Amino acid sequence: MPGYERWSEERAREIIAQHSQQDGAALPILHALQEAFGHIHRDAIAMVALALNLSRAEMHGIVTFYHDFRAAPPGERVLKLCRAEACQSMGADALAAHVHDKLGVGWGGTTADQRLTLEPVFCLGLCACAPTAMLDGRVFGRLDAKQIDALLAGPGAP
Amino acid sequence: MSRPRIFVPHDAGALAVGSDDVERAIVVTLRRRGIDAEIVRTGSRGLFWLEPMIEIDLRGERIAYGPIAASDVEALFDADLLDGGAHPLRLGRPEEIPFLKRQTRLTFARCGLVDRLSVADYRAHGGFKGLDRALSLGPAETIEEVVRSGLRGRGGAGFPTGIKWRTTAQAAAPQKYIVCNADEGDSGTFSDRMIMEGDPFVLIEGMTIAGIAVGATKGFIYIRSEYPHAIEVFGRALKIARAERYLGPQVCGSTHAFDIEIRIGAGAYICGEETALLESLEGKRGMVRAKPPLPAHHGLFGQPTVVNNVISLASVPIILAEGAAFYAGFGMGRSRGTMPIQLAGNIKHGGLFEAGFGVTLGELVDDIGGGTASGRPVRAVQVGGPLGAYFPRALFDTPFDYEAFAARDGLIGHGGVVVFDDTVDMARQARFAMEFCAIESCGKCTPCRIGSTRGVEVIDRIARGENRQANLALVEDLCATMKFGSLCALGGFTPYPVLSALKHFPEDFGAQPDRAAAE
Repeated sequence: MPGYERWSEERAREIIAQHSQQDGAALPILHALQEAFGHIHRDAIAMVALALNLSRAEMHGIVTFYHDFRAAPPGERVLKLCRAEACQSMGADALAAHVHDKLGVGWGGTTADQRLTLEPVFCLGLCACAPTAMLDGRVFGRLDAKQIDALLAGPGAP
Repeated sequence: MSRPRIFVPHDAGALAVGSDDVERAIVVTLRRRGIDAEIVRTGSRGLFWLEPMIEIDLRGERIAYGPIAASDVEALFDADLLDGGAHPLRLGRPEEIPFLKRQTRLTFARCGLVDRLSVADYRAHGGFKGLDRALSLGPAETIEEVVRSGLRGRGGAGFPTGIKWRTTAQAAAPQKYIVCNADEGDSGTFSDRMIMEGDPFVLIEGMTIAGIAVGATKGFIYIRSEYPHAIEVFGRALKIARAERYLGPQVCGSTHAFDIEIRIGAGAYICGEETALLESLEGKRGMVRAKPPLPAHHGLFGQPTVVNNVISLASVPIILAEGAAFYAGFGMGRSRGTMPIQLAGNIKHGGLFEAGFGVTLGELVDDIGGGTASGRPVRAVQVGGPLGAYFPRALFDTPFDYEAFAARDGLIGHGGVVVFDDTVDMARQARFAMEFCAIESCGKCTPCRIGSTRGVEVIDRIARGENRQANLALVEDLCATMKFGSLCALGGFTPYPVLSALKHFPEDFGAQPDRAAAE
């Protein structure tokens, strides 16, 4: 997975301008910013607010409402583990405990070496192949501890 | 002789178990053996325990093989795969596999069968017949056809789709909208995802028919960010539909204009609630709106708006193509037509099972689903996502029908069935229901915002055996407050999994089993 751009106000302004003309532009702008920088930089909040004629408080409220938007850049890789019921029925809780132990991080945490961020996800829609996960946008089903270990040890492993 | 064709699913559920690896292995093997064959990427047939399941075309008939690992490919070619040769993984004609044979595939007729991004293939399998008929019927008669079909919202609420359309059609406004709710967040459900990835044109056709019927020229589809494959495939399908003039200023050369824009959610479950979804589309926090006003009168950007679930809209083309009476001929009671039921979790034969309403829960779980994947006894089944009730085996005679489930304090929701074996701890599941509500509450109303957090605490106290009776009474009282005092289904229905777990599985909440009392 390509790394994220370093935060740049100039680049952010460009991205905001590119998306701010559409109706209900907040989410498209925020998605584009996160795609570029891996997170919503705190300086971006005021910039988007200004572009959309909202107060900073309103914009902060929007950004923090949605689970997807991060306040800090993630590690080099992002592992999303499904925590929802269908995956629970196939041992997702035990799998999550295994990953927590192995990586030494909890939900939303990034390993000390900045190699991997672990995020919870509530359903990837792969519920007939549980338990499931997404690693850098690739989906995996019918997982067990051994396979997760292999995934994490794969190319770009932490 | 025509080029042999090999069909390899590109559905995320198949990708998750290696269908891309299989495709790569096939490409390599074809090249090495000097065979000229076409690989067609399809959606999934929905038989997920057999995925990756590939098919070949044998003189107009499909032969399936699965579940295939990349390492099986060489041996399959040795066994004359392209001639339908014998192999332990050969499944025969997919239509003859009992799981598929027992279904009534109307909405999912093409899913897994056709090249998902070929208009020609779509048309060859009956696609755009519904739109053609809607254009010749005209808006008013199109709406009445949908009303007569008895189609009810497949997202969970079960409100008659045709009535929504009629209300929006009657509202006068300079701009109206069609909003497709593709924020399929319920665990155990994946039918929306499968349609968007496996037969995106049927959804485009359904949205277009809706637009023409109510006089809306603009459609939005709000797809959850957890579905990157659906977003990609649907986006490509939109471009193709536009290029072929199924979308644009003159749909199919008519005087009707209609186009669709994709918007992507951002991980908030509540945005599957229609008014929260509209707020989110407007660029705000996904806070639930009080109703009335109804979205049909005052929806997106204050304009009259039809908000329909993916499956509701994807069912419209067949209703128009075959007629309302044909569709209404399936089902039971006030639940007409078919429901794409999703069998998920700890189940042997998990997948998509589209059938007329009326099939019982027991048939679905034991018979069609084959019991648990773990081989242990089935203990509980959650129907309808995180807000659905947990049913014990004693309720397995409940027919899949909106009213029958409601009569037993349950709901069918979006048609997800999640199976748990006897290792499940129902107190933990009840706690999770409250925890999930606390995480996902939009915060607008107190019973949901505060009640869910208090609910987690009270269930923890029960689990610790603190003041058991008093705390059980408290959690029931709290559930009643949430059920009747919340604005929307999140706070209103979270009590379903909690109360059903308490009612049907009291032993998991520290109730003394009779055996222990006797010892």
